[in-house]
Amino acid sequence: MKLMWFHLMPYTELPEDFRDKHPSVWVDIHSSLFDPRRAHLMYNDFMDELEFAAECGFDAVCVNEHHSNGYGLMPSPNLIASALARRTSDVALCVMGNSLALYNPPTRVAEEFAMIDVISGGRLIAGFPVGTPMDTCFAYGQNPSMLRDRYYEAHDLVMRAWTEQDTFAFNGRFNQQRYVNIWPRPVQKPHPPIWIPGGGSVETWRWCAEMDHVYAYLSYFGYKAGQVTMQGFWDEMARLGKDRNPYRAGFLQFVGVAETREEAYRLYREPAEYFYGRCLHVDPRFAGAPGYTSEATQRAGVVGQVAQVARMRRFDTLAREMDAIVDNGYVIIGSPDEVAEQLREVATNLNVGHLMLLMQFGNMGKDLAKHNTKLFAEKVMPQLTNVFTEWEDHWWPQPMARDARASLTPFRQSAMAAE
Amino acid sequence: MSEPEELTVDINGFSCRVSKKGQGPKLGFLAGFGGLPRWIPFLDALARERTVVVPSLPGFPGGDRGHTVLDSHLDWLLAIRQLLQKAGLEGADLAGSSVGGSFAAEVAAIWPHAVRRLALIAPWGLFDEKDPMTDPWAQRAPEVPALLCADPERWNQLKTEPEGANSPEWPIVQTRANEAAARAFWPLGNTRIEKRLPLIAAPTLLIWGEQDRIVPRSYADRFAAGIAGRTELTTIPGAGHLAELDKPDEVAATILRWTA
Repeated sequence: MKLMWFHLMPYTELPEDFRDKHPSVWVDIHSSLFDPRRAHLMYNDFMDELEFAAECGFDAVCVNEHHSNGYGLMPSPNLIASALARRTSDVALCVMGNSLALYNPPTRVAEEFAMIDVISGGRLIAGFPVGTPMDTCFAYGQNPSMLRDRYYEAHDLVMRAWTEQDTFAFNGRFNQQRYVNIWPRPVQKPHPPIWIPGGGSVETWRWCAEMDHVYAYLSYFGYKAGQVTMQGFWDEMARLGKDRNPYRAGFLQFVGVAETREEAYRLYREPAEYFYGRCLHVDPRFAGAPGYTSEATQRAGVVGQVAQVARMRRFDTLAREMDAIVDNGYVIIGSPDEVAEQLREVATNLNVGHLMLLMQFGNMGKDLAKHNTKLFAEKVMPQLTNVFTEWEDHWWPQPMARDARASLTPFRQSAMAAE
Repeated sequence: MSEPEELTVDINGFSCRVSKKGQGPKLGFLAGFGGLPRWIPFLDALARERTVVVPSLPGFPGGDRGHTVLDSHLDWLLAIRQLLQKAGLEGADLAGSSVGGSFAAEVAAIWPHAVRRLALIAPWGLFDEKDPMTDPWAQRAPEVPALLCADPERWNQLKTEPEGANSPEWPIVQTRANEAAARAFWPLGNTRIEKRLPLIAAPTLLIWGEQDRIVPRSYADRFAAGIAGRTELTTIPGAGHLAELDKPDEVAATILRWTA
């Protein structure tokens, strides 16, 4: 199986009374809470952590896109991915992803992803989320009633831009371009693997199956809550006659490893409580935009993640304290053996070949994030390498041969001074 | 009291309900935000003197999923123009509230012979940064009724599922109405109607609920200043944004007087 290291890049210094004094971590979070000088340090720490994870041997590093968001400081994950392309050599770069309908024209995504793929020598995983209502409809002002149709059209346009050999005219419902001809072209042929982060809608599952894209369920509520969704996904794959190749799916899981479970509890308590207490504090008025959720999905009773949080808050079932966070499976903690055993169970129960692990979360500092990452790489990772070896991952990047790729110039902090 | 007569017309392959009641010269009404999931007392008050004709806008209750093929403002206006024609309202007096008021004004601007006299209840379509229209969509559910009506119960009466109906479709139809409004007016409510107001030659009555919490009262003055035809402004005490729900008799009487 693949073990992927995911960073949300949360602002780590939201005040303790954030939940009482501020209505929302997203959309209208107040600018006075953002200190660019502190964020300078945060970004650099976060990028160190991603590079460290790559060094430690994780299969991929993952970044994603959010807007006006206090727990996701990457309006453009492509900027981070391009920096990572230059500071890593073998790790897959999973950009999870670009919300297609927000780019005008959407060929911008085809171009930027092609750049990352070329710079990295073919290491890109191209994620195409619709984007949450908070990001797309509220922060970016997109019309919720047209968002999905725009998204699907943009997807088709990007695919054609990557695969067609000649300049073509695109005559879409929402996009018209006389001359589509992107330079550069991606290294990976016919195109980088495409992953779709989604909620639990049947339409998305069917579409992923039809397109042969990976479906990734990025839930903050762990494997216990994810079980129903992943079961639904596999049932639908069975109905469509698709095999149970676990690499069709990805799943997000928070993890904290230490020498013992007690130690893990002590170390990860604060960052976990910071995340579930402060970072998920979204004003319910932004939880949904009319038309964002399709009528079929409404009929099926599926709700989005933030709507889910709103509901949990109303019924007071959202766990914010460590005991409940762990009991509910939001965060898996323990000794390396305990974590390995739990993750093996998660992977096999959910039948997920791509585990996307959040090992920095909340206000966790760089030292602890690196400790978590290192211990995992040394003592957990080796215990999981034999999971799903019987399956082939058809959705993983196919980079250029190592000897054909550029060798990275070693980074010298004081290059000028040395001369 | 007798039930309204109902027929359906086809707009772009989707059915739109047209309800009709009363006698006398025709008077059209285009509903406001949320649409009309049921017949309301305001329409009965109009029907006492006139034949009230109420076409459902695409995507609003009774209007099926007709909004899903309307991608531009021009698409909307052409659909509504056809709807009015098929409802037999060509050249008739036309009233509209909120979303429907904005569309009624557009039709009067672009097809001057389509409308005799116009009555607009807090129409959408403008946006003033210094006095912004309230975001009708980004709201916590329990706060919505009091935003739309001075008496929140009026909104609840409109939107509560009829007893015993127990249809899983009811909430979906109500969400669809919000979506249809969003499709035409997201994100600010601003369709730049200001540019077309000088084309309105029809005498136009502007009606504003004194407690409108959605569209600021200052927008009434901008409508009045922009419209070429004669205008008159009436404010309704004790009414909110959907004044026809809060004060059905007063609003109906004002419209009947204007269109007499």
